[in-house]
Amino acid sequence: MLREMTIGQYYQAESRLHRLDPRVKLVGTLIFIISLFISQKVSCYVAATVFLICMIRLSRVPFLHMIKGMKAIAFIMLITVFFNLVFTPGEELVSFWVFKITSQGVRNAIFTAVRLTYLILGSSLMTLTTTPNDLTDGLEKGLGFMKVFKLPVHEIAMMMSIALRFIPILLEETDKIMKAQQARGADFESGGMIRRVRAMVPLLVPLFVSAFRRANDLALAMEARCYHGGEGRTKMKPLKYKPWDFRAYVILFCYIALVVLFGIISPL
Amino acid sequence: MAIVETHGLSFDYIRRDEEGNVSSINRALDDVELSVKKGEFIAILGGNGSGKSTLAKQINAILYPTEGYVLVDGKKTSEEENILDIRQKAGMIFQNPDNQIIGSIVEEDVGFGPENMGVATDDIWQRVEESLKILGMWEYRKHSPMRLSGGQKQRVAIAGVVAMHPECIIMDEPTAMLDPAGRKEVIRAARALNDVEKITIILITHYMEEVVYADRLFVMQDGRIKMTGTPREIFSRVEELEELRLDVPQATRLAYELKKRGLSLLPDGILTEKELVTELCRSYSIM
Repeated sequence: MLREMTIGQYYQAESRLHRLDPRVKLVGTLIFIISLFISQKVSCYVAATVFLICMIRLSRVPFLHMIKGMKAIAFIMLITVFFNLVFTPGEELVSFWVFKITSQGVRNAIFTAVRLTYLILGSSLMTLTTTPNDLTDGLEKGLGFMKVFKLPVHEIAMMMSIALRFIPILLEETDKIMKAQQARGADFESGGMIRRVRAMVPLLVPLFVSAFRRANDLALAMEARCYHGGEGRTKMKPLKYKPWDFRAYVILFCYIALVVLFGIISPL
Repeated sequence: MAIVETHGLSFDYIRRDEEGNVSSINRALDDVELSVKKGEFIAILGGNGSGKSTLAKQINAILYPTEGYVLVDGKKTSEEENILDIRQKAGMIFQNPDNQIIGSIVEEDVGFGPENMGVATDDIWQRVEESLKILGMWEYRKHSPMRLSGGQKQRVAIAGVVAMHPECIIMDEPTAMLDPAGRKEVIRAARALNDVEKITIILITHYMEEVVYADRLFVMQDGRIKMTGTPREIFSRVEELEELRLDVPQATRLAYELKKRGLSLLPDGILTEKELVTELCRSYSIM
């Protein structure tokens, strides 16, 4: 049951996008998200669509695999679209009961829907083409300048990568505890919301206990292997920019420039 | 020359209540004298709560002595500036293979130790390759540790320590959570490291079959070392071991029982099945 949650998990493939430096992909995702939020014209969205389609083709991740995870956010999307549709003031098109649908509302609703869809697709494209480890490495190196502000960048990255490593182990453990409690008559499936939440207590308590025990063991094992924080630590796989990474930066810059330009000059 | 040495080593686990007052003191190690020479394979035996794991943590400078001292390669574990050096020289393997693998790919995990030591990138790769090959895990270098068997995980953990180029590896019940096949794998790896790489091995276990190849045995109880000697010497004292509530290898037990029932020609301290068969044939073959 728990193992089906696979939104944006790494998809193994050989592609230009997979080989890019994680920092480029992080910056790229950020730029793409910004471009979505500054887009107010149809032409901007056309540019975003073309860009996204190109990237998806380039990543060699099957499109169907990408949209599998979208179901989870369908509900949120419906609500947002609905609110945009009925609560935007402006020229009235149709009205029923207390709701009024305006032409501005229709425009807003469509933009929001597209924006949200692209947001999810764009960011999952990053996680689909980057291993968790590369991602944390990218974050550590990319945010390295934050150390000046006393932000423990290395520690945060280390925490992330350990958390990622332990997710499958803890899921397996949850499964085991669940079965053990079910064998003793625990009921996780029936009853209302409150009953179900309360039924989780005998699941969570042993899970927490074992997670703490694991954490303690892991800390010992790390210390035993000379771990003493990020200072004086070398990297087995240091991040180095390759020619294609610079090219990617140029492409990203062109893209955002184009979106800004369309925003200014395009009439629609 | 001694790689690990303890003198008058005692250690108390101190339990405190909420106000920080001492509520109970539990003496886990009591006046332990231990000396391990370079290149030796020693084994420490003992039941639950005998202090053997505490002793292991003392050698790796995870715990510090309450009294006495521990020397690793001539350096005191209680001195702060020695810690990293000691942890590099005396690597440690723990019981649960899942909780000591840090990387999410085998090769990344093996590289973790050298990374912490600040080894240059090219050297890290060389060390990783070398130690994975020694442990026979090279072909799994791109695998996720999740998908390996218990014995393989433990071998990855050992490779991670070997990559730090230690003089000595302390294994704290490395086989306790493994199936028989995995246990064999790990013990074979430990013996190979000792034979071929000349790494000192300190094996802590309660499986008697695993210690018959050790150069020397230490038997612990209640935080003290009760018996010391070669496996043959120790296992010829079956009654004493029984008093400490420890088992002996099956072959030893059988030989002991046979001797008690009148086969008096059998020598003491038979360790393996093979030995028993040879001895039986030699002493009692019908001529």
